[in-house]
Order: sequence, then C-alpha cells, then structure tokens
Amino acid sequence: MSIIRLFFLCVLAIGFLYFPALLVFAKIAAPEKSLGSIVNGPDGKPVGSRLVAQAFISPGYFHPRPSAVDYNGQGAAGSNLSPTNPALAERAAAIAKSYDASAGNPISADLVTASGSGLDPDITLAAALYQIPRVGNARGITSEQLRSVIDTVKRPLMGKLGGPELVNVLELNLALDRISR
Amino acid sequence: MKTRSSLLDPHLLKGALIPSLRKLDPRIQWANPVMFTVYLGAILCSMQLFRSINLFELQLVIWLWFTVLFANFAEALAESRGKAQADALRSMRVTTPARKLVGNHETSVSASDLRPGDLVVCEAGDAIPSDGEIIEGIASVDESAITGESAPVIRESGGDRSAVTGGTRVLSDRIVIKVTSEPGHSFLDRMISLVEGSERQKTPNEKALGVLLVSLTLIFLLVTFTLPAFAKFLIEQGLGGQTPGFSSLVALLVCLIPTTIGGLVSAIGISGIDRLTRQNVLATSGRAVEAAGDVDVLLLDKTGTITLGNRQASEFIAAPGVDAKILAEAAQLSSLADETPEGRSVVVLAKQLFDIRARELAEPHATFVPFTAETRMSGVDLLSGGETRRIRKGAADSVKRYVESIGGNMPTEVSRNVDDISAKGGTPLVVVDGSRVMGTIFLKDIVKGGIRERFVKLREMGIRTVMITGDNPRTAAAIAAEAGVDDFMAEATPEDKMRRIKAEQQAGHLVAMTGDGTNDAPALAQADVGVAMNTGTQAAREAGNMVDLDSDPTKLIDIIEIGKQLLMTRGSLTTFSLANDVAKYFAILPALFIGLGATSGSAAGPLAALNVMNLHSWQSAILSAVIFNALIIVALIPLALKGVAYRPMDAASLLRRNLLIYGIGGILAPFPCLKLIDLTISGLHLV
Amino acid sequence: MHPFIPSLAFIVIALGVSWPLSRWLFRAVVPPAGIGRFDKVLATLLGKSALTSGSWKRYFIQLVGFNAVMFAVTWAIMSNQQHLPLNPDGQGPVDTSLVFNTTVSFVTNTNLQHYSGESTYSYLTQLTLMFLQFTSAATGIAAFFALARGLAGKKDMGGFPRDLARIVVLFLIPLAAIFSAGYILSGIPMTLEGAASVTTLEGLTQTIARGPVSAFLAIKQLGTNGGGFFGPNSTHPLEGAGIISNFLSLLAIPIIPMACVWVFGRIVGRPKHALVIAAVMSAFIVLKIAVATTGETSPTAAFANLPVAESPNLEGKELRFGATTGPLWSVLTTSTSNGSVGAMHNSLNPLTLLAPFSGMWLNSTFGGVGVGFINFFLFMIIAIFIAGLMVGRTPEYLGKKIEAREMALAAAAFIIHPLLILGGTALFAATSMGADTVANAGPRGFSEILYEFSSAAANNGSGLEGLGDGTTAWNIATGIVMLLGRYLPIVIPLAIAGSLALKPQVAESSGTLRTDTATFGLVTFAVILFLGALTFLPVALLGPILEHLMVPI
Repeated sequence: MSIIRLFFLCVLAIGFLYFPALLVFAKIAAPEKSLGSIVNGPDGKPVGSRLVAQAFISPGYFHPRPSAVDYNGQGAAGSNLSPTNPALAERAAAIAKSYDASAGNPISADLVTASGSGLDPDITLAAALYQIPRVGNARGITSEQLRSVIDTVKRPLMGKLGGPELVNVLELNLALDRISR
Repeated sequence: MKTRSSLLDPHLLKGALIPSLRKLDPRIQWANPVMFTVYLGAILCSMQLFRSINLFELQLVIWLWFTVLFANFAEALAESRGKAQADALRSMRVTTPARKLVGNHETSVSASDLRPGDLVVCEAGDAIPSDGEIIEGIASVDESAITGESAPVIRESGGDRSAVTGGTRVLSDRIVIKVTSEPGHSFLDRMISLVEGSERQKTPNEKALGVLLVSLTLIFLLVTFTLPAFAKFLIEQGLGGQTPGFSSLVALLVCLIPTTIGGLVSAIGISGIDRLTRQNVLATSGRAVEAAGDVDVLLLDKTGTITLGNRQASEFIAAPGVDAKILAEAAQLSSLADETPEGRSVVVLAKQLFDIRARELAEPHATFVPFTAETRMSGVDLLSGGETRRIRKGAADSVKRYVESIGGNMPTEVSRNVDDISAKGGTPLVVVDGSRVMGTIFLKDIVKGGIRERFVKLREMGIRTVMITGDNPRTAAAIAAEAGVDDFMAEATPEDKMRRIKAEQQAGHLVAMTGDGTNDAPALAQADVGVAMNTGTQAAREAGNMVDLDSDPTKLIDIIEIGKQLLMTRGSLTTFSLANDVAKYFAILPALFIGLGATSGSAAGPLAALNVMNLHSWQSAILSAVIFNALIIVALIPLALKGVAYRPMDAASLLRRNLLIYGIGGILAPFPCLKLIDLTISGLHLV
Repeated sequence: MHPFIPSLAFIVIALGVSWPLSRWLFRAVVPPAGIGRFDKVLATLLGKSALTSGSWKRYFIQLVGFNAVMFAVTWAIMSNQQHLPLNPDGQGPVDTSLVFNTTVSFVTNTNLQHYSGESTYSYLTQLTLMFLQFTSAATGIAAFFALARGLAGKKDMGGFPRDLARIVVLFLIPLAAIFSAGYILSGIPMTLEGAASVTTLEGLTQTIARGPVSAFLAIKQLGTNGGGFFGPNSTHPLEGAGIISNFLSLLAIPIIPMACVWVFGRIVGRPKHALVIAAVMSAFIVLKIAVATTGETSPTAAFANLPVAESPNLEGKELRFGATTGPLWSVLTTSTSNGSVGAMHNSLNPLTLLAPFSGMWLNSTFGGVGVGFINFFLFMIIAIFIAGLMVGRTPEYLGKKIEAREMALAAAAFIIHPLLILGGTALFAATSMGADTVANAGPRGFSEILYEFSSAAANNGSGLEGLGDGTTAWNIATGIVMLLGRYLPIVIPLAIAGSLALKPQVAESSGTLRTDTATFGLVTFAVILFLGALTFLPVALLGPILEHLMVPI
C-alpha cells in the first residue's frame, strides 16, 4: 500500500511542483526563448525560429545545410547514412556539382552533409563565403557588400571564448533582406 | 612414504595411459563441463566425418580427441602418483590374526573384525592390528612404514604418547591396546583413500572456479554459435564468402573455452594434496589445504618450533665473593650425572670456559642426586675425608627454600641475577655448595637457526605469528623478541589457547596451530587448520584436520605455502588460459570469414588484414590453433603437478608477478607457437 | 586543437562537479541523525511502515512493486492519450506494441524510442514519460544504495519507499530544477503551447514543434535516461540550442554515475577504493574518447574523390556544438547508459562506432545511475576472484569471502548481457525481422541490428537510427530484452550483497588482496577489457571493423 502512496507522492512532487514551477520560471525569466526563439520578419509576423533551420531554395538567399527531412519542424531527423554509404557520396556529388565545385575550389563540407536534426540553423563561415558568388549574382550586389553583411552576423562558436566562426542562416538572410530586396 | 617417484617417472607416465582412455566414459567427462564441451564437440565432428571426409576435418577431429585425452592424461598422471603410494600402504594392512583379549584370555581374531573398545595384545614382532590407545605397558614401535622415519619410537600408556597406529610394528615389550577405530576407517585406511584421491571432493574454491569456467564456456558457446547467423546476414547483403562450417566453429569454441585450466584443474587439486603428502603431512580433506592458504594467524608452541627443544648453559654468573671458576667447577660436578641436554651443556660450557675436564673431577665417592619433581633440584654428594659435600643446582625458588632450611641465605645479588636472566629469556639455575650459594647458571633457550627469517617472510605474506609458552611473561617476551614473533602468550594453558583461537576467529582471522596432547584436541578442532603431531595422542590426531607424520611443528609454514601455491596455480592457469584466447582469435576469426567482402576475383576479403601472424591458409590457421590448444595442456602438466613457483611476498607483489608471467606471457606466448605450428604443418603438407 | 584535449578537460571538470554532488546525494539519502525531518513527513504521508528497513529480498520486492505501478499507469495514459487532456497537437492513438515498447523503455530507464516524440505523443504522455525519467533513475540509485549497504556488511539493506522518496524529492527534483533553469535561460523552450506555425522568408509554411522541453531535458540527461522530447534527441536545435545548453547536457550525463562511486566509498568507508574504481572507469572513458575523437576527425570516406574541402566527419552533426561534442557525447552517453545523442550515431565513421559499442557492452564504466556501479561490481567480483586466486588466498571483497554461491550468481548475471545482445542479434540478423529493416547495407546494417540489441540490453536507448525499428517484432523483442536487462542485473547483485552481508568479516593483512591500490585497479581494468573483448570481438569484427576495412583506402 505504501508503494501506491509513494507513487502519488512522486506524482505530486514532479507533476505539481517541479513542472509548474519551471513553467512559471520560464514565463518570467525567458518569455521569448521559452516559446522557441521565434523571430519576426520586417512585417512583424513570425518568419521562423532563430534556432531552427528553414528551407532556402532561391539563389538570392544563403542556403542552409542539407536536411534529410526537408526542414520539417515537426519531424526532425538526420540522414542516418553511414559514411561508407554510396548514397552519401551521391548526394554530396550532386550538391558539389550545383556549386561547380572543383578540386581547386572545393565546397565546404558542411554544405554537403546533413545535420543530425536536419534543422541545423548554422553554416560555417567558409560555407557562407562559398555562396557569395551565387547570391551576389542573383541580387546584383557586390561581394564586399555581402561580405560585410556576413561579418555583422557571424559569431564565434564559443562566444567570447572564441572558436571557429558560424553564421546563422536565417539571421543572415534577414540582414540581407534589410540591405537589398 | 619417503620413497618417492620423480615428477615425471616414465613408469608413472605409462601407467597413466590406460586410465586416460578409461576416462572417456561420458559419466566421468560430465563432471568437468569445460572438457565435456570439447568431448561433445569431438563426438559431433567425428559423426560429421561419416558423411563427408577430408584431410583437414580429419586432422581437426583427431586433435579434438587429443585435447580430451591430454586432459584425461593430466588427471590420470596426478592420480597415479597417489595410487603408487596407496598400493604401498595397502600392503601394510595387517593380515595376520590379532590377539584379542577377552577377560583374561586371548583369542585369535581377524584384524578386520575388531571393533572400537576391543582390547588386543601386541608383543615384540607383532603388527599392531588397528588404531588404538595403549592402556597398559610400554613398547618401542617401528612406525617407519607410515612416517618413513627408521628410528623406533616409544609408546606408553597414559600421557601424550599413548596412540598407536594400525600397520606399525611392535619391536619390544608387550602392550595392551584398546581399539579406537571402526574397521575400514583406520588411519591407514584414511591415508590410502587420501593419497589415492578416491574420496576427492571439490573444494570450495575449486567449485567457485568451476562455476566461473562454466559461465565462460557458456558465453563462448554463445559467441561461437551465433556467428553463422551473422555470416548469413552479411552474405545475404551480398558480401560473398561462406558460412563457417560446423567443425570450424567447434574448433573456435574449443580454442576459446578455458580448456587449459579446465583440463588441468583436477590435476592441480590432486597434486596439491600430493605435495602435502610428500612433506609427510596428511590432510583429511582438500578443503583443509585450501584453508591453509587463507591462514593469517599461526599459533606456535615455543618449544620445538621456535626454540630447540633444549636449553643450553651459556654463562656462569658467580655470587659475590665466589670465583667464576669455582662456580663452574661446582656446576659441572652437579651436572656430571645429569644426562639431560641442559646438564650436558653445563659440563661442556665449564670445559670451554675454564678447561675443566670432566674426568679429572670424577671422584669415586660420589653419589648423584637425581632431579625430582618434589625438590626440583639435582646434584651430587661427594664423600671426601668423612665429610659430605653437597652440591645442588635448581630453580631459584627451590634453591632458596633449600638453602634457608639449612641455615644459609640467598644473596640479593644472586636474586637480582636470577631476575635478569629471566628477563633476557633465559632460565636461571642456582648452584649451591653446602649452604653457600655459589652463583647462577644462565640456561639459554636457543632459537632455531633461520626461524627469524621465516617469520619475516610470514609477515610479508600477511601472517601473524603468536608464540605459545608456559614460561613466565618476562622470559616469554625476551624469546619472542629474539625470535621475532609478532605476539606471545605466556603461562598459557590449553584453555587459554582455545580462548585465543576463538578471539582471533571472532576478529576475522583464520588460525592454524599444531598440537599433540589430548588437551590440545579441542583447540586443534577449533582452529581452521589444526596440525596434529603423529607422535601425539589419538584424540589429537582425530581432532586436527592434518597429521604431520614427522611431528615437526615448523612444517606448519610449509603447509601454508602449499595451500597458497594450490590456489595460485589455479588462478595463474586460469589467467593464462584466457590470455591465450587473444592469439587464437587472431588465428581463427580471419580464417572463418576469409571470403567475406572479397572483391571479385580475389579469394581473401578485407579481414585477411587481421591475419597478423601471416598463417599459411585458413585451414592451417584453424588447425594450428587447435593443435596449440591441445599441446599447451600437455606442456603445462608439469606446472600443474609442481605448482607455480611460490615466493613469500605480499599480495600486491605476488599479483604483479603472476600477472606479468601468466597474463602478459599468456597473451604473447601463443603467437610464436602458433606460427611455428603453422610452419610445421604447412611444411609437412598436412593442409 | 585535437578534440581529444577539450574532451579530457571536460572529464576532469565532470569528476570535479561529481564530488560535491556525491556529498549532496549521500546526505539526501542518509540523514545525519538517522531519521531526518523529511522522514517524519514521509511517515505521515506513506505510513509508518515506509520507514522500516529489511533484507534485500524485501527491498527488491518493493522496488519491483513500485515499477509495476509505474508501468500500469503509463500504459493506461499512453494508450488513451487521444481522450486525455494536454494534447494541443491532437496526437492520435498509438499501436499497442509501441505502447509496450515505450512503457518498458521508460520504466527501465532505457528510453529506447521507436517513435518520434513530437509527432507521436501528447504533452500528457510526454509528461508521464518525464515522470518515469525521475522514478526510474531513482529506482536505479535506490538499488545502488541497497547494494552498497549490503557490501558495507549491513544485513539490513534499507527500505525502498524511503530511499526512493528521498532520492526523488531531496536530490533529483532540485538538481533537475537547477539544470532546467539553465536550459530555459540558454534558449530551450518551456511551454505548453502547441507547435508554432510560421511563414518563411520564401513564403513557405513551417510548423515548428515545441513544448515543455527544458523540464524534460534536465532529467533526461541527469537520470541517464536519454529519451528525447524530439525525435533526433539533443541534436534538435530546440533540445540543444547552443554551446551553453550543450555543455550543460554533456555535464549532466556522467555526474550522477560518477557521484555514485564516491558515495559508495563513503558508505563502505573506503574512499581510496572508490578512487581506484573511479580511476578505472575514467581510464575506459578516456580510452573510448581517444578512439572516438580519432575516428571522427578522419574525413568522411564517401567524399574521398569529390571536390569537398577536407573536414572532420560532419554528417549527422550540428555545427553549433563544435567538433568535440559528437565523439565526446557518443562516448559519454553509451558509457553511462544515457542514450541521448548529440550527433547521429549511424553517421559516425566505422571505427568510431567501436567506442559507443564498447560503452554499451561493458555498461559499467560509470554506467547508468546506480546500476552502472552495480554492473561494475559484477566485473569486480570476477576480477577479484581471479586475482585473489593468483595471490594464493580465497578471494575476498571488502572482507567477505567470495565463494561458489556468489560466483554462481555473478556468473549468471554476467551471461545475461551477451546472451541478450548476441542472441537477439543472431535472431534478427538471420531473419527478415531484422534483415528487412536495416537502413544501410552490408556491415553497417549488421551494426544497426547489433546496436539496437546492445542498446536495449544495456538499457541505453540510443540507436543507429534509420533502422526500421517500429515493427511489432522489434517492439516486442527489444521490450523483453530491456526488461531482462534491467531487473536481472539488479536482483542478482543484490542477492550477492545479501549473501556477503551474512558472512563473517575476514581480517585484512598484507596477504590480502587490497582493493585500494593501483595494482588492483590495473587488474580490474584488464579483466573488464579482456572479458569484454573476448565476448564481443567477433561482432566488432563483422560490424565496424569489416566496414572500415571494406572501404578502399
């Protein structure tokens, strides 16, 4: 009998103490983050989550890493391809080809690999720079302009501690839209 | 018992062949699950041969059978050594009729009809028909058949030397013996069954090890016989290759399961007891031998174990106003007729120190006064010129009483010397000439040579020694310090001994002791290892779990080493057996999956990269491993019978040492051996 | 910088954090005065009997009873979620075999997930699972305390209700709350609102699942549970938002298992012995990290002839976690039976896989909360037995002799793990039940099946995802494996401890094999390595090693 009571004690402590307390804390301490870091567009309407990759197909936008689930925010997943799987090479080859990558100008590896969630919001700085010709062409703006936009958005992996630099694709594209429509 | 065959006597080797075949009986194999697995594998592979036969599989099967036979042989060899002894003992069984005493007349009955409580008479030349207690008479008895000691021993009624053993022979006099053992359960019978190993039961550690070996066998069964399923998957995935054949799987299994230790484990157990028997110690069970390895407290009687049985005069300390030479003279005179070792040592010392020759002093009118329990003094009365010169020597308090009774007094200086000697662990003997106290003889306990070093070693092994003595605490302390024991019990009674054992056991210690008297019996029974001296009483011999036929209490230390060695041999060979698996894996696994993942046109797939020994072919790889696995059993038989080398040291050093030899050695050794076998069989075109 | 170095630094940090945590855990369960204030509350709420303690049998029966209640309630809620509240996204009914699998999975602290959380279960179901993450972790820790008491020589191994309540309320909840707060501040969602619908810059609609993730995540990581709120677990940006939440998640994985080791030293009064154990476990972790980091810094084999810039293996990895996380996480999560992932294991390089595999095969180098130590204890018994014989004494552990009875129990427990893994893999690899479900062909496909059973038997929960494990056969088989892999390795060691507790204490001497020396650590290390290798070398060969060798170099 004490086992049943023990069970209800745990329900009480976890379900009616721990859980609601954290909900309240989240509302007060981090109201926006706790809702999923939703970002609003220029029109004030939500355009996505800063943390979640979304599809960018048009040449005028910077593209995120490939997604095995086509950026499905409700069914995230990785490709689960083994590095020895020919499908992985085929996909990479196709992407590399679309960028006209060559041995002398190899494509950054993150642009040909799918992340674990398929929702990786970032690309490496190299991957962003690699896309400058296409975006510049499409938008008709100079590489220098694009470079400076990237510089405003890029951040070191570990913040003040440094580390390799990453670029959030949604933030980059939002910034891009601000300078050229 | 002392006539012993060498370790690998050709005669014994030959004698072990037939029993190794006889042990193929499944009921015997079943007792050893590891070897039973090999046995079963050999049978199943043999049956496969009837369906299709090829040279490779034929050789495999032959070597599987050899594996089984080699293990049988190891066991048979260990047993045969005992059997030879048992046969010798059996021939000692008394077949001549016994002279049973009923009322006052003797009747002739068969020895096997004697029951406990029966009385039998033995006279010079008679064999003692059964174990018993002398209730009347004294006799010299030849016990050489059992102890190997040719000097006859005295057995007499009453006291601690009343036990006689069936099969021994009375050399002189007549004794009446009360039979104490049931027919078939005499000491001799027990000895026979012990050395023969017929009643061998698995000891606790052996059982535990058995459990471990069985579980490893089960795991490897699982590992081996899931491989075809895995291979099937990979083949269906289009990787090519073949599912490993049954006999190859059996080969892998046999190589992986701990056959080395499994095949030798019973030989190790039998030979452990055998080694003890070689030391002339009979253990009533293998359990006792194992317990000896665990002992961490030794109760040792001072006399005979730590010190020589006799004390020796080492110094003459004269009373004030007495010349030391005069004292020595008096002391020697008083000891001339004293045939005890102490007495003789006084004579010798006087000669050494002052060159007083015993014969010169021997005067015709001397009457010797022997030691009595009443006076506790001995001495001599010398008649010269009508006057009697009475010289006495004895314990200080008796002498004091004696001197005071005849009007003398004990100088305080002498009393102080007496105390000093006691404090140094000696025994003081006061010499008195007439009523004048001449001085003191310092009788010293002589600590046995090398015993101190042995105690140091014991301490390293984590064994604490406690000296038991009837001496007073001061004397005891001094000897304890000299001998280097860890602790001592002075003025100890048998009850004290018993209390001490219980207290030590309460504190978690395992206690070993030796004993011979009837009053030692309870303590012998209480101790975890109780070694009874063969010279002791029947009660003591029944109470202990070992009997030392040489009656040498120092042997306790050897017994402990044998116990430890027994466990160590098992542990080391288990480690070795498992460590060997690494090399065998490297030989067999690439061989089993040779074609897996092979690109078209090549026979060997990528796993060939793991063939680090570069073995000739997949068949030779498998065969080499199986041959190695079989031969290693034979190669290790001497080690199993002798036990691994043991040096007293602390546990951590022992462990490191054995790990290095049997662990690291076990990993490395098979690689060159496998390669060598591979070269041989491929050179001979056997594969 | 080679990712091995920060990984090593991380282990040192985690060990450092685990020390004060162990003092907290010890005090939470063992109040200084014997009966604490909380116990009086418990006596009122649960009845006086909740405070009594008894034998290992009573303890285990109560443990199983409590787990049975957990099982029944979860089953009821999960199979009726469509009728119950807190279902804003309208999740429908769930297949019975999946209900069985998921319930077993969370009751046994495994958290194997044959589903994707955000698209299968309602918030109420997810909440129930979070509840189980607390109670199943506490069950493991409670069993550990009972074992430690027995090994300390106490016949009286405590009372389960009291231990569990104290662990949940005084330890896990406050600790999880601290981590949750950290997660909330670092960007992990904590809301009961349903999925957010947005219109992307390119005008497409994206629905972003969210939920009370922070509360879930904290106990998932701390309790070696590992069951993610979202399908791809901590690789999901809302479950692993950035470098800070990632660090918190990594830290949360090993600290309680590490703390258990220190607590053990304290209960049995041998802190140096605990230090040796921790050193052995850490050595394994470091070894595995070396394997994993080396493996993952190797470039992806598939890109060998493509114009792709040289880089570590990035498939299945999140950039925001840095290069260290993937291999480090894969080692930690499998060493501790956590099962959460910070990178997709199925996209790891072949040789890297050896690290997570060996973590689950040994399942004791820190291991699951509480139970990891229990598994290590089994290895130790075998190490002590072999080493004890080698020094010529009847083997003994903490002053108690290990004899045939204990060996038989240890051996039985010891066989279970390979039996479940190899037996299960054989069955599925040889039949269409497994062969038809693999995502990658060849040796990797074999690894997928092997991994699934290893994970289930080790109560780990991670997987080489992509394997079609949502079938009835997979659900039932892994469900059974999880149950056996959970309760047998708890009850058998408890029985051993119960048996040892009744034995007389043997005094120690220099002839005793000391358990607080480097030599002992070395022997234990070698025995674990050896037994593990001998058992699993063939499958390692046929899976990861064969896959590696098949790539033309």
